[in-house]
Amino acid sequence: MNALEVLSAGLGVTVQDLGRPFHMASGLSRGGAADRMALHEAAALLGLKEVVAGLEMAGLGGRFRFAGRTRFALTGAPMRASLDGQALAWNASHAAEAGQVLEIGGAEAGIYGYLTPAGGIGGPELLGSRSAHLAVGIGGLVQTGARLEILPDPTPDHPSLKLAPDARFCGGTLRMTPGPQTGLFAPETLERFLATAFTRSPTGNRQGVRLDQQGAPFAAEITGQASEVIQAGDVQMTGAGVPYVLLAECQTTGGYARIGSVIPADLAHIAQAPPGASLRFEMLSLEEADRLWRPESGLVAALARRAEPLTRDPHDIADLLSYQLISGVVAGDEVD
Amino acid sequence: MPGPDQTLPAILPLGADALVVRFSLTPELAANAAAQVFAGEAAAGDTGGITEIVPSLASVMLRFDPERVTRAALSARLARLLQGRDWTRCALPAPSRRWVIPAAFGGAHGPQLEDAAAAAGISVKQALRELSETRLRVLAIGFAPGQPFLGLLPAHWDFARLSELTPQVPAGALVAAVRQIVLFANPSATGWRQVGRTTFRPFRPESAEPFPLRAGDEVVFEALDHTAFAALAARGGEAADIARLEHLA
Repeated sequence: MNALEVLSAGLGVTVQDLGRPFHMASGLSRGGAADRMALHEAAALLGLKEVVAGLEMAGLGGRFRFAGRTRFALTGAPMRASLDGQALAWNASHAAEAGQVLEIGGAEAGIYGYLTPAGGIGGPELLGSRSAHLAVGIGGLVQTGARLEILPDPTPDHPSLKLAPDARFCGGTLRMTPGPQTGLFAPETLERFLATAFTRSPTGNRQGVRLDQQGAPFAAEITGQASEVIQAGDVQMTGAGVPYVLLAECQTTGGYARIGSVIPADLAHIAQAPPGASLRFEMLSLEEADRLWRPESGLVAALARRAEPLTRDPHDIADLLSYQLISGVVAGDEVD
Repeated sequence: MPGPDQTLPAILPLGADALVVRFSLTPELAANAAAQVFAGEAAAGDTGGITEIVPSLASVMLRFDPERVTRAALSARLARLLQGRDWTRCALPAPSRRWVIPAAFGGAHGPQLEDAAAAAGISVKQALRELSETRLRVLAIGFAPGQPFLGLLPAHWDFARLSELTPQVPAGALVAAVRQIVLFANPSATGWRQVGRTTFRPFRPESAEPFPLRAGDEVVFEALDHTAFAALAARGGEAADIARLEHLA
């Protein structure tokens, strides 16, 4: 059995897949990767048809030894990576031989980086998923010393690929749609919300991210409401008038009013916005949002069409350099 | 966009792939009954394109697959289902299952029982009697896996949550506010008053049926004296959870 030995791990490393949909009536939110796009990109880079479980690394990676030959993908927030000391391109798939050590440093942009072996991380499933759901105590953090099963690679001879990711690692404008409680906010509160320049607060985790702004708190609208269903993407206004964008591990019901919902396509942008990143909101009509909507089921195939062979052409070095901001390594010797 | 003066029930959008049918903005027993009845009828009717039905205290969320049904088409279908019925006069259907859950009230296991009784304007003795004699229903599951909102207690229990949070109540804690009881699945901070404690585990990840409670179940607390409760709690985990499930005719 192949395995990934965790020689050291950052403080926010978890196993993640696409989570556990359809259990909200039982009080369990879907959970899964904070940046779902990154796991789809990993599957595309590895030539897989479906997303498999990988390691989600919040802010910092770790050192990992492959027990056997392993193809793997590096996606999500770009992090400095090397295999036995040789720099590796991010947003690419690579192959490691048995015993080789992969070292992954801190995020150079964004928050969540992903290391996905081609067979996926194994281990027990709960309700069809291997995702840690820290907020409710399913699974836990990956600790130094752990040995994680790697499932068999369906196509071990697949070539290494690279993929230019959709930019989503430095904040920006988040598109949202009106939700069931938007109409409970005074028009001037909504107008002010949409005109406000926010920054991503240092307060945030897989449950949600707080938004800071310079002005007075927003009007805390209604109290005494019956709790309603809440889900990832909803922008909740606390009683103190502070907005939070809910993420993968949010609770399933809540009494705070929600001013709208970030569209699924932009959810990774808020999850990946690092503390201090500038954020604004743009309200779309439901019709506009519906036109932008794409089913997740077709995403791996669509991304695979954009993937290109990972070569050592000098042309690539410029790309690579953009991900070497901390180490300053001039990489012409990256291995695949 | 719907305002607070909207006609209820209302069909409202939620995200890319869900609709919310709201029966009331505030928690009311009739609206909870309406939510449970409507969720049941939606599940029994034309479910084409519907992927998930989630009843809450006074609303129902219906998730759909936009590749199989549009929001507009589903909305029209739900409007037809709502038609021709006075949802403000809905009553909960008789329960088909009853849980009898051992609990300890007051003292170390319910440090805010006296406070809760005072807020309700009743004696501690009456509060204890009402906590163990009221046939409660699971009004909704939410907030944490399997965690029930139970109600309703008699009208004098309609006191608000505290403005200060209790930093942590233990798993199994019974907390009261707004005529409801929540049985906490995990250690939690809460603004509700802790009146008792159980060994019941609303989320059983090791089990084939990880979520034992369902919306609509009846729940009755069986008061144990503190010595008996301590002996039960000392068994720990699964062994301490001796709640009984009765199937009702």
